[in-house]
Amino acid sequence: MKHYPTLLLALLLVSALESLSQPVYMTRNGKISFFSKTPLENIDAVNNEVFSALNTEKGDMAFSLSVKAFHFERSLMEEHFNENYMESEKFPKSTFSGKIDKLQEVHFDKDGKYNVTVTGDLTIHGVTKRVTVPGSLNVEKGKIEATAAFQIKPDDYGIKIPTIVIEKIAEVIDVSINCHYEPKSK
Amino acid sequence: MNLNPNKLIRSISFIICAAAFHQSFGQDLLNMLDEESKKNAEPDYTTATFKTTRLINGHSIETLGAGVLDVRISHRFGYLNSGPNELFGLDQAWTRIGADYGISNRLMIGAGRSSYQKQVDAFAKFKVLRQAKEKMPVTVTALASMMIKTGPFADPTRVNYFSSRLYYSGQLLIARKFSEGFSMQLMPTIVHYNLAESPNDHNDVFALGVGGRIKLSKRISLNAEYYYQLPSYMLNGTVNSLAIGFDIETGGHVFQFHFTNSTGMTERTFISETTGDWLKGDIHFGFNISRVFTLKDPRKK
Repeated sequence: MKHYPTLLLALLLVSALESLSQPVYMTRNGKISFFSKTPLENIDAVNNEVFSALNTEKGDMAFSLSVKAFHFERSLMEEHFNENYMESEKFPKSTFSGKIDKLQEVHFDKDGKYNVTVTGDLTIHGVTKRVTVPGSLNVEKGKIEATAAFQIKPDDYGIKIPTIVIEKIAEVIDVSINCHYEPKSK
Repeated sequence: MNLNPNKLIRSISFIICAAAFHQSFGQDLLNMLDEESKKNAEPDYTTATFKTTRLINGHSIETLGAGVLDVRISHRFGYLNSGPNELFGLDQAWTRIGADYGISNRLMIGAGRSSYQKQVDAFAKFKVLRQAKEKMPVTVTALASMMIKTGPFADPTRVNYFSSRLYYSGQLLIARKFSEGFSMQLMPTIVHYNLAESPNDHNDVFALGVGGRIKLSKRISLNAEYYYQLPSYMLNGTVNSLAIGFDIETGGHVFQFHFTNSTGMTERTFISETTGDWLKGDIHFGFNISRVFTLKDPRKK
């Protein structure tokens, strides 16, 4: 048992080496859109410049997007979204980093569609929350497609909706994700 | 409690492993994405230097988005010092009704008609440079406008040409958003008179405008605008234009309330033909209302 620390050190070294050669999949143009529906107004915005990566061995997943890259039907809405709600100058990015739950049920070497949940930290407007998001992974010919749909409450992330527009912006916003990953070239 | 050294080591190593696991909770992937996003990234253009395309009387560097129609109604009441019988100027009013349209995100056109001097005006405005983080310190917009006075000629006894009704102005608008709450703008300007106002006047008036805004809240800002004319070119009896006002934004509308010594709402009439004296109370209360309509979804190519 006196070799225990040495063993531990070796283990850490191995895992460090391992991370250098791990299979990482990536996309630079993932799509995240959101939808706010009220009787008065429907608002939708799309971001086609989402960066996302997936480590198939560890089951890690990460997303990073520039808030200013969300585009709206009306340019004034886009301006208000950045200026008044998301404060994009102060919080330019929204991120997520998490892990696929029950990674053993996903076989990245076999084509097929796997329903998964991913748990991790979602940071919007500078506020970080632990969330679990259901989605699916579609493995096909060495490529992976990830889709997910979930809801978020702006209030949870410190985004204040003033009373004057409260009837035009939904309390709960529908978010959907679609990413096509390819192996990251070294 | 029995402190077994083996147990102790085991629990310590468990903590280390747990810490290592927690740290690798996708964080290294996120760092990698951060690095990736820095590669050939688009410049980070500054947005919303001002709330709308007008500072107060004059233009701001802002242009409309592509496919956006902006209907603007501007109003100037009479002088505040006109006394209670005129309800401090509210009995009188001059209006300009106009519409602007964004051809692209950088090019816009507009036209309007003013009751003051029965004037029709049209302009084109192009964003030449855009302020971008670490790449470009200022936004520069060029403005060219043309005004036609449609009222009767001052001297009907002489031969009058249509071209004598025409006036032009050119402006370079240079602005910087210093922070979320503070933006400033400089406006070198030339106003051209096809027909000089009098034999003693020049055909051109040169002016340098300075303006800015301080945001009081997310939806309200305090604006000011001053045009300094080169004294040797000033028209007889005119003074420099000064305006102070508020922008109040509610969804698709922007309301601009202000006080100004200028009656006109076109470059010629407020930059080179202001006659009101602030100190004597020759101050107009006025407002601009802007309502935008999106005619084209900019995301559809």
